[in-house]
Amino acid sequence: MLKKILSSLLLTLFVSIVYADEATPLATDPALEQRLISISEEMRCLVCQNESLSGSRSELAQDLRREIRDLIRQGKTDSEIRTFMVDRYGDFILYRPPVKPTTWLLWIGPFVLMIAGITALLMYLRRRNSQVNSTALSDDENKRIDALLREDK
Amino acid sequence: MKAKFIIPLLLFIVLVGFLAVGLNRDPREVPSPLINKPAPAFKVPQLADEKKSFSPEDLKGQVWVLNVWASWCVACREEHPMLMELGKSQVAPLIGLDYKDKRADAMEMLARQGNPYNLSAMDNDGRVGINYGVYGVPETYVIDKAGIIRFKQIGPITKDVLDKSIYPLIAQLNKA
Amino acid sequence: MEYSMIPEIGHFALILALCVSIIQGVLPLIGAQQGRREWLVLARPATQISFLLLAISFGVLAWCFYVNDFSVLYVAEHSNSQLPTVYRLGAVWGGHEGSLLLWIFLLTGWAFAVAQLSKTLDEFMVARVLGVLGLVATGLLLFVLGTSNPFERLLPAAQDGRSLNPLLQDPGLVFHPPMLYMGYVGFSVAFAFAIASLLSGKLDAAWARWSRPWTTTAWIFLTLGIALGSWWAYYELGWGGWWFWDPVENASFMPWLIGTALIHSLVVTEKRGGFKNWTVLLAIMAFSMSLLGTFLVRSGVLTSVHAFATDPRRGIFILLLLSLVVGSSLFLYALRAPKSTLGGKFSLLSRETLILMGNVFFVVAAGSVLLGTLYPLLIDALNLGKISVGPPYFNAVFVPIMVPVLFLMAVGPWASWKTTDLKTLLKRLWIAAVVAFIAAIAIPSLMGEFTILTALGFLLAFWVIASGVLQIIRQCKVGMPTRSFIGMQLGHMGIAVFVIGVTMVGAYQEEKDVRMAPGDTVTVGGYQIRLMGVGPAQGPNYQAMRGTFELVRNGKVQELMYPEKRNYDSSTMPMTEAAIDAGLTRDIYVSLGEPLEGNAWAVRVYYKPFVDWIWGGCLLMALGGLFAVMDKRYRLRVKK
Repeated sequence: MLKKILSSLLLTLFVSIVYADEATPLATDPALEQRLISISEEMRCLVCQNESLSGSRSELAQDLRREIRDLIRQGKTDSEIRTFMVDRYGDFILYRPPVKPTTWLLWIGPFVLMIAGITALLMYLRRRNSQVNSTALSDDENKRIDALLREDK
Repeated sequence: MKAKFIIPLLLFIVLVGFLAVGLNRDPREVPSPLINKPAPAFKVPQLADEKKSFSPEDLKGQVWVLNVWASWCVACREEHPMLMELGKSQVAPLIGLDYKDKRADAMEMLARQGNPYNLSAMDNDGRVGINYGVYGVPETYVIDKAGIIRFKQIGPITKDVLDKSIYPLIAQLNKA
Repeated sequence: MEYSMIPEIGHFALILALCVSIIQGVLPLIGAQQGRREWLVLARPATQISFLLLAISFGVLAWCFYVNDFSVLYVAEHSNSQLPTVYRLGAVWGGHEGSLLLWIFLLTGWAFAVAQLSKTLDEFMVARVLGVLGLVATGLLLFVLGTSNPFERLLPAAQDGRSLNPLLQDPGLVFHPPMLYMGYVGFSVAFAFAIASLLSGKLDAAWARWSRPWTTTAWIFLTLGIALGSWWAYYELGWGGWWFWDPVENASFMPWLIGTALIHSLVVTEKRGGFKNWTVLLAIMAFSMSLLGTFLVRSGVLTSVHAFATDPRRGIFILLLLSLVVGSSLFLYALRAPKSTLGGKFSLLSRETLILMGNVFFVVAAGSVLLGTLYPLLIDALNLGKISVGPPYFNAVFVPIMVPVLFLMAVGPWASWKTTDLKTLLKRLWIAAVVAFIAAIAIPSLMGEFTILTALGFLLAFWVIASGVLQIIRQCKVGMPTRSFIGMQLGHMGIAVFVIGVTMVGAYQEEKDVRMAPGDTVTVGGYQIRLMGVGPAQGPNYQAMRGTFELVRNGKVQELMYPEKRNYDSSTMPMTEAAIDAGLTRDIYVSLGEPLEGNAWAVRVYYKPFVDWIWGGCLLMALGGLFAVMDKRYRLRVKK
């Protein structure tokens, strides 16, 4: 009888050691957390100097993350959650500026700059080639200059 | 052809113009999108008597002021004298929203410093604050007879703000 | 109570330096204009004395920190008797006033170097270059003495200082700002050369030849400084990020982008006499960006984790300084540039064109970063509301602009000067294209996840690497490669390595946020990380809870890791010191969070593949720059 008790005790002990323990995720719902992270990463922590809502440890950030979790559980879409935040805090809370008339310049700007740059370049090159007569120093001249410079102290 | 060389300078002057204006702005201030929108509804227990509750509905038909404060908020002490003045003036009901605070600490502070409020409501988990776009304490709202937010003060109320913004606005809203 | 007079020496040295800088700035420039030799020759000695005085001033400030002189306000605000010595010295530049002093000290240092190493340069040119540097120093010294004096006294002295922000108590602080400033400030030399050329009316290839090593050296420092800052943020902040497009980061990145365009443009101007106006403009822009960055960080117009404590008076002063320096330079440019002559002829497909195209992309990139950084300010100034422009914007905009740059990087070196033949290019490059495509498909497939963006990253990186390898092979057949050539290869490879690092980490990193009690294990990236226990630990000026973790792979314990949660005596906010096991192909990153009930802790672990290639790539770039600078052409003749 004692042997039986002892061996089952040992077995339990053994099993619990073997099952030590793959750490449990902090979040009760990892999929929800993933969504939370991706949404809050693009939002600003309003009380920090310049941190995202996702990483900030401030109290307001924790409260807002809690709100977002609730909203996700309620089945809201990403867009609805963003609207929720913007309704309360304005566009300032979004790190990805919304595309509206006041931000057209921002979003189009780089593209326009690019086109302008390439166009200016091509125009310049065309014009240049018809104007240039060679005024660059030839290799010979370069060598002479080097020699002259070396002679100086 | 020669004109193009002046473009960098012109662009730079425009840039400096903006930077100069920017020096006078606070890049961290978050203006409220709730101005001229209805004050979000809520119902929370009162500070003095937990069994009683408070809701903005209670004050429909009146112009009133909502002040978000807390016993742990250092800047709130700065504006306390202004709040006392506002409270005494009786131009509009002054309601406190005790934000993420402990009842005992809040009561103690009011007892010690003076209670400017007609009543204070408790926002224990900060949810009301979030709905009002609160991101720091203190913040103050002026709400009109129809329950629309007409003004938000971010940070402590100074004499200036009281005299130049709050009193005139309340008077104006009362006439309507 | 007796107070030391030593700080006053530092203060006095600054005042003297101001006087000397005025002389250095004004007289040689007028002298060069009017041909007055007596004034020309003042340039060098004035520069040498300036440097000496700044060295004294800086040394005095460092001394005050070393001996804990809390009668100096700046020391009291940023240091503490419990602060370890090395951080007391780093604290010298931990705040606004001290870092500005470092700025000026390094400025006079660069000027001194120019004075010493320009013996073969035409004396009118020397006078102008040193004169311009003197004027810049004057402006900054006025700023320091007027609004930001590091030697201001605190009387009666504080018992002990407020100490340094714990985030700054790190070796990164000791190296990052000086490196960065060496770069920022170093662009003043290219700037001075450009202005000197404009003033003299002689915009020729010789100017480019002189500017090149100075500019490249400054660029090396800036590259290292930015890389250090990024690496420091990675290991210090506890969440594994390495770039946040924070306004202050952007403020250092913009000069780097312009600087990179500049070093390439200088090549063309030197070799072929072309792009003179453009190169001069770039030189002015690079230093302007440095000054703009200095303004942005210290004026309070932008929110940033890096921003120094602000004072509107300072903002106004720097803006004035910025306006004067850049405004007058651009005015001079508008006046004189039209007069310069064109360089050699080159066809539409040539190395010149490809470099110029690359330049355009770099400038567009810098412009986009500037647009994004300043846009919130712009909107606010126009009373159109308040918005934020953060990483989502910058990533969306910057990456597409860099794609053509990476493409060109592999093509450019194969193109000949003046003109090149498309067929030849294709012949040289087809192998590289094949390698790139194979990599783009194979690597993501091997790693288990294929996305277009990831494939693009590998495509471009291996395109550059393969092209580079082919170039090296070809060159070695012909003869010993020059240092310049090696420099170019290292520089371009560096970027490719960087891109691999970014792509790998971005696509394949793993993160787990778990609850761990002693004995628990978490698996990430093929590694097991087991918590042995968490216990108290003591540092020189902090208390900590230190975790001991085993890093296990294939059943074998590889490493022990000790992340900490520190509570500094001087601060209420707890600080996370992550434990990182760095390796060539991956970092394992363990961060201790909050204590939980049941003897457990919140722990965050990361598996970051190839993350060190990000900074490794930067190191390669800097090394490339070093080789380029050490090319035979720039070696000085030492007269016996």
